[in-house]
Amino acid sequence: MKKPSPALRRRSRNTENRKGVVQMPGSLSTLKAPTLKALCAALALLFVVAQPASAQLSFKPTAEAVQEDKLLNALKEGDKISGRITIPDTNAANLIQPAGRDWRDFHRSKLPVIGGIAILGMLALLAIFLMVRGRIRPESGFSGTKILRFASFERFTHWLTASCFIVLALSGLNISFGRILILPLFGADAFATMSGYAKIAHDYLAFPFMLGVLIMFLIWIKDNIPGKIDWQWLKQGGGIVSKGSHPPAKRFNAGQKGIFWIVIIGGTLMSLSGWYMLFPYLPANVTELQFWTVIHAVIAMLFIAAMLAHIYIGSIGMEGAFDAMGTGEVDLNWAKEHHSLWVEEEQAKGHAPAAGGSHAMPAE
Amino acid sequence: MARVKFLCDADRCIECNACVTACKNEHEVPWGINRRRVVTINDGKPGERSVSMACMHCTDAPCAAVCPVSCFYTTADGVVLHSKDLCIGCGYCFYACPFGAPQYPKVGNFGSRGKMDKCTYCAGGPEADSTPAEYAKYGANRLAEGKLPICAEMCSTKSLLAGDGAIIAEIYKERVMKRGYGSGMWRWKTAYADSPTG
Repeated sequence: MKKPSPALRRRSRNTENRKGVVQMPGSLSTLKAPTLKALCAALALLFVVAQPASAQLSFKPTAEAVQEDKLLNALKEGDKISGRITIPDTNAANLIQPAGRDWRDFHRSKLPVIGGIAILGMLALLAIFLMVRGRIRPESGFSGTKILRFASFERFTHWLTASCFIVLALSGLNISFGRILILPLFGADAFATMSGYAKIAHDYLAFPFMLGVLIMFLIWIKDNIPGKIDWQWLKQGGGIVSKGSHPPAKRFNAGQKGIFWIVIIGGTLMSLSGWYMLFPYLPANVTELQFWTVIHAVIAMLFIAAMLAHIYIGSIGMEGAFDAMGTGEVDLNWAKEHHSLWVEEEQAKGHAPAAGGSHAMPAE
Repeated sequence: MARVKFLCDADRCIECNACVTACKNEHEVPWGINRRRVVTINDGKPGERSVSMACMHCTDAPCAAVCPVSCFYTTADGVVLHSKDLCIGCGYCFYACPFGAPQYPKVGNFGSRGKMDKCTYCAGGPEADSTPAEYAKYGANRLAEGKLPICAEMCSTKSLLAGDGAIIAEIYKERVMKRGYGSGMWRWKTAYADSPTG
């Protein structure tokens, strides 16, 4: 009999692995079975006899036990200490996720700074701009002749998206800052009720908003491809800062193209990150959810700041601009100043009154 | 008043899951929610340890810090409780909690999670003590009856300890001295880092 039986082999392997046990001789296969049996018995006896003496000194059954400190120290950023769990919820297998502390820190310390600078900073800039530059009026006054700028479907899409955006922005800001700003005014109960409805509105108005962004992308992309003319517009500062210089522009000038792309890219990021929050079981992972909430919050603050500028210039900032999205028809002189090339195109197509038709009206 | 805490001696936990079962039974916790769970680290490897896991009722609790409607409060005993009437189910506490303690009754999409549920340290909620209304929302209020949390009370190996943080820490330290080893007071550093008795 050259080899030990399978049973013996198994036993020998077990013995080798056990700590605090004398190692078996290496050349097992050369030993004959009876010799081996005797040897094993002797070793077992030795082990039993030796056990009480060594127990108090060196034999520690848990010497290799996992240590919390070591596990925590070995964690990389975003890692978790996790193990096995006997319930179906796989998220429950995470024992400690230190990243929660960072997420808390983001929401309590960093986000108010980001949001404060972006939103209050933008409001301050716009207020300064209004004081310095005043309302921008058409330099040649209003002609009284109108030209169709946005058709009804375009206006519907704009206001669909805009109204959703306003509710989404306010309810979102309420989640981030309501506790500090609004809760003390109304008390916990009223504020929680209001926030509950605001959250429902936020969750469900996300869908018409996403639809609006998608339609806007489809109907306006052709007029929003950046070109050489935009560079010239930007170099002249859009003619906003100084009077009397209106760089030529097609249907949308560089500033409007900027707003378009902010809405499209910002809207896409908000939708994508929001999608993960609406369907939290898609990522099935708290670290990913934390990541998307941070993206959602930061983009939201920048988005809101950019839209404040958009709202300003489309209403109080510039006379005649609101008509574009209000009635859809703008004054010909306004259009000529801000979108000279577009007016020429429309006139060539016969969609607009001829060039000479304007009789100048005094500017208020 | 005492600052109550949880301590799980992982060198004693035998992963019997009795704490989990007792908790579910005591509070009639809804299906799908486990206020307490047992996580096994290094399963099947040398040095495997099991840790019984629930809300640790942290000092300076992250859940309370991030809650947009401020529905959390800390009792005089240091128990972190929340009001289900105020909770809007936004999920923020779940993102911030280092232990994954907050859970939601609905595995719902479209952001509908329902009101958050977590371990109450068997101390109920903001409703009047030991009323049916409190029981329906938060489960039994054993603390009001002068009893400790059921999970720790019935732990067969006394691995899970609940009570005055200073006392249970002392018990654990004595154990470590006597047996000569210990894998740590799991999660204490994370939960009670700012605590004077931590």
